Amino acid sequence: MKRVLLFLPLVIAVGVGIFLFAGLGKDPTKLESVLIGKPVPEFSLESLDNPEVQLDPSVFQGEVSLLNVWAEWCPSCWDEHEYLMYLAREQGVRIVGLNYKDQRESAFRFLNRLGNPYETIIFDPKGTLGFDLGVYGAPETFVIDAEGVVRYRHVGVVNQKVWEEVLLPVIAQARGNS
Amino acid sequence: MRLLPAFLTVLMVLSGPAIAEVSEVYDFDTRAEEQRYQQLISELRCPKCQNQNIADSNAPISKDMRDEVYRMMQEGASNDQIVGALVDRFGEFVQYKPPVDNRTILLWAFPAIATIGGFLIVAGVVWRARRREDEPPLSAEDRARAEQILASQSDKADRR
Repeated sequence: MKRVLLFLPLVIAVGVGIFLFAGLGKDPTKLESVLIGKPVPEFSLESLDNPEVQLDPSVFQGEVSLLNVWAEWCPSCWDEHEYLMYLAREQGVRIVGLNYKDQRESAFRFLNRLGNPYETIIFDPKGTLGFDLGVYGAPETFVIDAEGVVRYRHVGVVNQKVWEEVLLPVIAQARGNS
Repeated sequence: MRLLPAFLTVLMVLSGPAIAEVSEVYDFDTRAEEQRYQQLISELRCPKCQNQNIADSNAPISKDMRDEVYRMMQEGASNDQIVGALVDRFGEFVQYKPPVDNRTILLWAFPAIATIGGFLIVAGVVWRARRREDEPPLSAEDRARAEQILASQSDKADRR
């Protein structure tokens, strides 16, 4: 009995080691969205292209979409834009933009320079919808299913790796269900 | 070197604005309300920053959260409602004090478990030591044998 007890510190050390090692690879700056499984929050905001047009959550009805939160002032948004262009043009992904805490002129300047991958762009100069979505740092990309329910949220740049390993499987699943 | 005091004075004067950096000012009707606000923003965590509360953080998201806390307070929301509204958007990450429920019970109970466990170990050690003291160190039989051995040892020593 005593002999067995002598191994207790070793067992505890290995247990703690496994527990801590599991946490090592995780990126603590990425948080899971609490909105997963819930519908997109209510909003009524102008379209970026046309101030007369009011957009609401019905823009997400009918087709699985990416909701990409971007702004001209956000350096990483410049980085990921080329890949969003590729997704929209070559992969036929429907992307809805959320222009977050930006100004119309700078947003247009950005799109004129880099192209426009968005089917619709929601203009959110005060960041109210961004706040309701729990956006804490652009760029963020949400997967929204055809019923307007949030399926996934990715914080950071979308690139080929993120698309193939993370977003595409979620989209495939969202498409399969609806 | 003679300029050093003057230089330091200039530095001190210039550093004033740095302290005043978190700039927005909110009006509260009562002192108690203001304290409640300070309490709330010191217990809410900035989702963008690693381990900073929204009172200390200059991140834009923290300002938005402070605005929301203030706005909800003006509307007469309770502390639970305010924290709940932010948790519903940003997740439990923003709470420095997680709620007590099935998942967090171990976290909350751990200090008590560790303290009680420590006491139990100490009590066990003391109890064992006491029990050993109560036992006669040697039985009569052993004592006789020991004396015999000691006697034979001292015989040898005498002979030497």
